[in-house]
Amino acid sequence: MSKKEIDEISGVETTGHEWDGIKELNTPMPRWWLWTFYGTIVWAVIYCVLYPAIPLINGATPGILGYSSRGELAKTVAVADEAKAEFVSQIESMDVGAVLENPELTRFAVAGGESAFKVYCSQCHGAGAAGAPGYPNLNDDEWLWGGSIDEIHATIAHGVRYDADEDTRIGEMPAFGEFMERDQIRATANYVASLSGLEHNEAYVEEGKTLFEENCSACHGEDAGGMTDLGAPSLNDAIWLYGGNVEAISAQISKPQHGVMPAWQDRLGDATVKQLAVYVHSLGGGQ
Amino acid sequence: MRNLGWTILLAIGAVLSLLAAGFAQDVLFQTHAWVVFFALALGTIFVLRKVDFAGNAAPVDKSGYFDDPIRAGVILTTFWGVVGFLVGVVVALQLAFPQLNIEPYLNFGRLRPLHTSAVIFAFGGTALITSSFYVVQRTTSARLLSDGLAQFVFWGYQLFILMAASGYVLGITQGREYAEPEWYVDIWITIVWVGYLILFLGTLFKRKEPHIYVANWFYLAFIFTIAMLHVVNNLAMPVSPFSMKSYSAFAGVQDALTQWWYGHNAVGFFLTAGFLGMMYYFMPKQAERPVYSYRLSIIHFWSLIFMYIWAGPHHLHYTALPDWAQTLGMVFSVMLWMPSWGGMINGLMTLSGAWDKLRTDPIIRMMVIAVAFYGMSTFEGPMMSIKAVNGLSHYTDWTIGHVHSGALGWVGMISFGMVYFLVPRLWGRERLYSLRMVNWHFWLATLGIVVYAAVMWVSGITQGLMWREYDAEGFLVYSFAETVAALKPYFILRAVGGAMYLVGGLVMAYNVYMTIKGKTRNEKPIAVAHVATAQPAE
Repeated sequence: MSKKEIDEISGVETTGHEWDGIKELNTPMPRWWLWTFYGTIVWAVIYCVLYPAIPLINGATPGILGYSSRGELAKTVAVADEAKAEFVSQIESMDVGAVLENPELTRFAVAGGESAFKVYCSQCHGAGAAGAPGYPNLNDDEWLWGGSIDEIHATIAHGVRYDADEDTRIGEMPAFGEFMERDQIRATANYVASLSGLEHNEAYVEEGKTLFEENCSACHGEDAGGMTDLGAPSLNDAIWLYGGNVEAISAQISKPQHGVMPAWQDRLGDATVKQLAVYVHSLGGGQ
Repeated sequence: MRNLGWTILLAIGAVLSLLAAGFAQDVLFQTHAWVVFFALALGTIFVLRKVDFAGNAAPVDKSGYFDDPIRAGVILTTFWGVVGFLVGVVVALQLAFPQLNIEPYLNFGRLRPLHTSAVIFAFGGTALITSSFYVVQRTTSARLLSDGLAQFVFWGYQLFILMAASGYVLGITQGREYAEPEWYVDIWITIVWVGYLILFLGTLFKRKEPHIYVANWFYLAFIFTIAMLHVVNNLAMPVSPFSMKSYSAFAGVQDALTQWWYGHNAVGFFLTAGFLGMMYYFMPKQAERPVYSYRLSIIHFWSLIFMYIWAGPHHLHYTALPDWAQTLGMVFSVMLWMPSWGGMINGLMTLSGAWDKLRTDPIIRMMVIAVAFYGMSTFEGPMMSIKAVNGLSHYTDWTIGHVHSGALGWVGMISFGMVYFLVPRLWGRERLYSLRMVNWHFWLATLGIVVYAAVMWVSGITQGLMWREYDAEGFLVYSFAETVAALKPYFILRAVGGAMYLVGGLVMAYNVYMTIKGKTRNEKPIAVAHVATAQPAE
C-alpha cells in the first residue's frame, strides 16, 4: 500500500499512504507560513523579556520595562486628576453659589456634574433628568425642596428622608385615610383635581374646598402652591409625581407614598456634589 | 435476546432517577430527576419493543462498519442545529425587545446558555461524535471497537444534552460559562466521555491501516483534552447527594483562571481541533484531491495543541489576574496564529487542481467558506488577545461577533458539508434530494453570517468607543444606558442575520428529510459542467 507516486496536477510526490482513498502530498511547508511562525515566536520571547512573564517562587520576572498594570492605572489616574486638580481645588474652596459667578468654573462643573449624574443619578431620574413616576423631573421649574443653587446642593448632599444622614430632608404627609371618611377624601381629591383643570366631579368641589382649607392648606398653601421648606408639592399645576387623576390623588391622600433619595456628600465628596448641583441647576429650572 | 441488556440498564436508570426524585433535598433537583425518569422510562419502552424474545432473528453481521448511531447522529445534528439557531434568534430579539422575556423559564438569562449549549454541545458535539465514528472506521478500515459502547456513548451524550437543556430552563446552573450544568450532569458526561475515549482509542488500536490518518489525531486530541478540561474545571462539592447545588473547589482569581483555561480550550479543542478532524476527512473526499501537505499537517497539529492550552488568560486581561499570566496568555495567543492557519492552508490548497468544482458543487463551496471563516476568526482571535486591542474589544459585541464568525462560519458550515456528504451515502441514495437547495442554504447562511459579523463589529467598536469617550474637561461622556440605546439598531439587524442563518438550517432539514425518504427533486443541474481543464504542472 505504501507506494509513493507523483500527483499529476501538482507534480508533487505523495507520501505513499492512503486512507479510504485519501492520499497526502509531501509538499514542503510554505516559506511565508514558516517564517511568520518563527517571527511570532521571536516576538513572544522579546515581549516576555520586556514585560512580567515567567513565574518564579516568590513572584514573577518583572520585565526590563518595569511595567505593571496596576502601576499603569495609577499613572493614568494621576494624570487625569492632575489635569482637573486646579478647577477641583477651586470648587472645593468656595461656596457652591460662587461657582456660578465664574463662567470657566461653571463650564467645568456642568461637564463634571453631567458625567457623575449619568453614573449615579440617571437610574432614577433618567439620563436626560426627565424623571419617571415617583422620581421628580429636574428639567422643569417646579421644585419639591427648592430650586436655588444652595437648596439643590443641600438636597443632593444630604438626600431626602435618608435616615443615615442627620441633615437629610424630612417631610412626611399624614395618612389621611386613618382619620378622614372615604367620601371626604373623594371630595378633597376632586377639589384638588379641579385646581389644575383635571377631569373631576363638580358636585364634590364645594365640600372639598372646605376640607382642603381645614386639612391641607397648612402645608400645601392656601392657593395649593406648595411649600418647599416642607417638601410639600404644589397642587395647582400639571406636574404630578404619583399620577394626575382623581383616583391617584385619592390614593395619595389616603396613604401617601414618600420617595427616598440617598445622601451623596460622603460617597462622592464635596467637589463632585457641588458639580452635580451646578449641573442640575443648569438644566433649565434653576432659580 | 438482543436489546434485553439495554432494556434492563435503562429500567435500572429510570428506577434510580425515581429514587433521586424521592430523596431530593430541593424542588429543582426533584424536577430534574423527574425529567430524567421520564426520558429513561420512554427509552425503556422503546427498546423493550425491539427485544427479540423468541431469539429467532438473524445474527448481526459484524463484518462491515457500524453505522446505526451515525445515521441517528446525522438526523440529530440537523435537529439540534435548527434548535440552536432558533433559540439564538429568540435571544437576539429579546435583547432588542425586552418584552419578549417570558418570566421565569424563558427569560434571557436562562435562554442564553440554552442557545450557546445547543449550538456548541448539542449541534457541534453531536456532529463531532457522529463524524468521528464515521471517519475513524473509514480511515482505519476497522469496525468500531464495540457496538454497545458506541450506542452508549451516542445516546448517553444525548441524555446529557437533555439534562443540560432542561436544567437551564429550570434555572439550575453553576454560573460557569459553557460549563453551566451542575455536578451530577458533569459526572454523567464524564462517564460517557471516558467511554468515548475508550471507543476511539480501541478502534485505532485494531486498525487495519499501517498509519493513523491526520483527522484521527485531531479527533483524539479533542476527546482527550476535553476530558481533562471538563474534570478540572468542574471540581466541586455538592451540598448533598440529593441536591442540585454545589460549590466550586476554586475561589477568586484562581476560579476565574480555571474557568477560562477551560473556556478557551473548549474553543480550541472542541470547536477547532475537533472540526479540523472533520475538515481533514470530508474536504479531500468531496474534492477528490490529496491533502496538500503532510509535513504542514504534522507541524501545525503539534504546535496548535501545544500552544492552545496556554491561551486562556487572554480572557482576563486587565483583571486581578497577575500580569505575568496575562503576558503568557497574550504571547501564546499570538504564536497560535500560524499553527491555526496551517489548517486553513491545508484545507484550501487541497482544492488546487479542483477549483472548478466551486462552480458546480455547492457542498465544496460550503466547505471552502467554512475554512475561509476559520482563517478569518483565527486571525481575529490573536489580534483581539493583544492587550491594546483587548482594551477596546473586551466586554463588547465585538467578542460576540468573533465567536459567531467562528461558530456560524467555521463550525456550522463544515458540519453542513459533513451532513450533505453523509446523507446520500448512509441511506444508499444516488444523490441528495436537491443540490439547488444546498446552494440556497449556502447563500442564506453566508449572507446571514456576513450581516451578523459586520453588524457586531460596528456595534462592538461603537460600544467600546462610547465607554471610553471623554469630553474636553476630562469627564466620561456617556451613561451605560445611553450606550445600550445606541446599539438597538444593531441588535435588530443581528436578529435579521441570525434569522437568515436559521432559514438556511430549515432548508437543510427539509433536504435531508426528503433525501432520507428517497426522493429526488426534478431540477436543472447547477452549472453546465465545463470540461475539466486541470493542467498538469509544467
